Amino acid sequence: MQPSSQVDAIPAPSMTIEQAIANLKQTEDPSARYYAAWWLGRFRVRENAAIAALIDALSDDRDRSPDGGYPLRRNAAKALGKLGDDRAVSPLIDSLSCHDYYVRESAAQALEELGDARAIRPLVKLLEGGVEAAVFVPGKPHLVQPYDSVLEALGTLHATDALSDIQPFLDHPVPRVQYAASRALYQLTGDTQYGDRLVRALRERDLQLRRAALMDLGAIGYLDAAEAVSETHAENSLKLIALKGILEKNLDTDAPHLDSAIVEVMQYMDRLL
Amino acid sequence: MPVEALIAEIDRADSAASLLAAVRTLAAARDPAAIPTLIRVLGFNNPGAAVAAVGGLVGIGKPAVVPLLEQLDSYNYGARAWAIRALSEIRDPRALEILVGAASDFALSVRRGAAKGLGSLHWTDLPECDRPVSQQKALDTLLPTTRDPEWVVRYAAIVGLETLGSNLTAELSDRLETIATCFESLEREDDELAVRARASLARGRVTRLLQ
Repeated sequence: MQPSSQVDAIPAPSMTIEQAIANLKQTEDPSARYYAAWWLGRFRVRENAAIAALIDALSDDRDRSPDGGYPLRRNAAKALGKLGDDRAVSPLIDSLSCHDYYVRESAAQALEELGDARAIRPLVKLLEGGVEAAVFVPGKPHLVQPYDSVLEALGTLHATDALSDIQPFLDHPVPRVQYAASRALYQLTGDTQYGDRLVRALRERDLQLRRAALMDLGAIGYLDAAEAVSETHAENSLKLIALKGILEKNLDTDAPHLDSAIVEVMQYMDRLL
Repeated sequence: MPVEALIAEIDRADSAASLLAAVRTLAAARDPAAIPTLIRVLGFNNPGAAVAAVGGLVGIGKPAVVPLLEQLDSYNYGARAWAIRALSEIRDPRALEILVGAASDFALSVRRGAAKGLGSLHWTDLPECDRPVSQQKALDTLLPTTRDPEWVVRYAAIVGLETLGSNLTAELSDRLETIATCFESLEREDDELAVRARASLARGRVTRLLQ
């Protein structure tokens, strides 16, 4: 998952909901459609007409990038993930077999957000062939499947039946994929060895890897990582987001009980402000 | 090495790593002559170097306050956020006005640093007669900041208010109740669980002072 809260200033909505839906439905101006799809997700427009138009956009054939991708489909999938409507689940599952890698990636992320267990089997199917098959596409900056997004989704969707499919990816040569596997396995088993792998990743030399590990630790709320998170070399804003995730995962929503471990997390946060 | 040579190292640095090393060495010297250079580093868009430079400025302390106030970069919010952070950590009350302004900056990292800093100034550095009006000003800025649209700024405002509440001058001791009431409503109403939790912690601490 990308850390979206890094953005310091947020643009104000510059169009109405009706306009955005109309822009998405028309087919003359692809860039207006592309922007409208993003806008509907960004401003969480949960209206039926918006959902229907976004689902429609998942099978758009007009907007093509030079490499044959489907920019509008990618944005529509991302938006549907944010809107939380079950009707999008089955069209998004269909998008997992789109030949555009980035559509598959957006669909996997959206299915994770929607939290519907129907997505588990189709997601596991993308892991077929295991680590041996999980190689880079020649000439592209990505692997044959969006493994990190798929693994993260399986963790969030409580796919305990998929443990043996996920396990081998701990040894994938790409660190980001290893982290996604650790994250999912921690969510599925609660075993600290997986959380500790992510803590070790906070000492990687590469800032991008430390950032990825930060976001993963925040997502799983691994309490033992709080101190290491506060000390890793990365932006305070990202460390604060990760600590917020840890804090919230360990709080009872109804009656937040502040035990000493929780207070300690807040003390780390205080120092980073 | 004399400080001039350490400064020259910074201008000679040709990689992120050599810059970081040079800034760390200069920062460790704790020499006021390094102040303008350390402030310049805040604008390099290099977080590692900026952290080291802030550390150096905080270590130098009071002599860095006026240069920081004078050279605050209003066009580069990255640099501004670091400078506000340095001022917040030095805690010199001469930064009060700048921090009040920074609490409504458009950049959230600036507002976050200002909110925390406003609460933790060294009030005892001020002549006794000036303390109530200065603390009141910080209070008047921090209370509305607890309604900032960004969770992290609200969180920082709570931390700032908690510190301010524990250091209120006798004339303002009745404001502690206002602060506690503010925490109570955040604890009940804020959209973010983390903010509610921090408000709850702060309310507990401030209420103990009331008894």
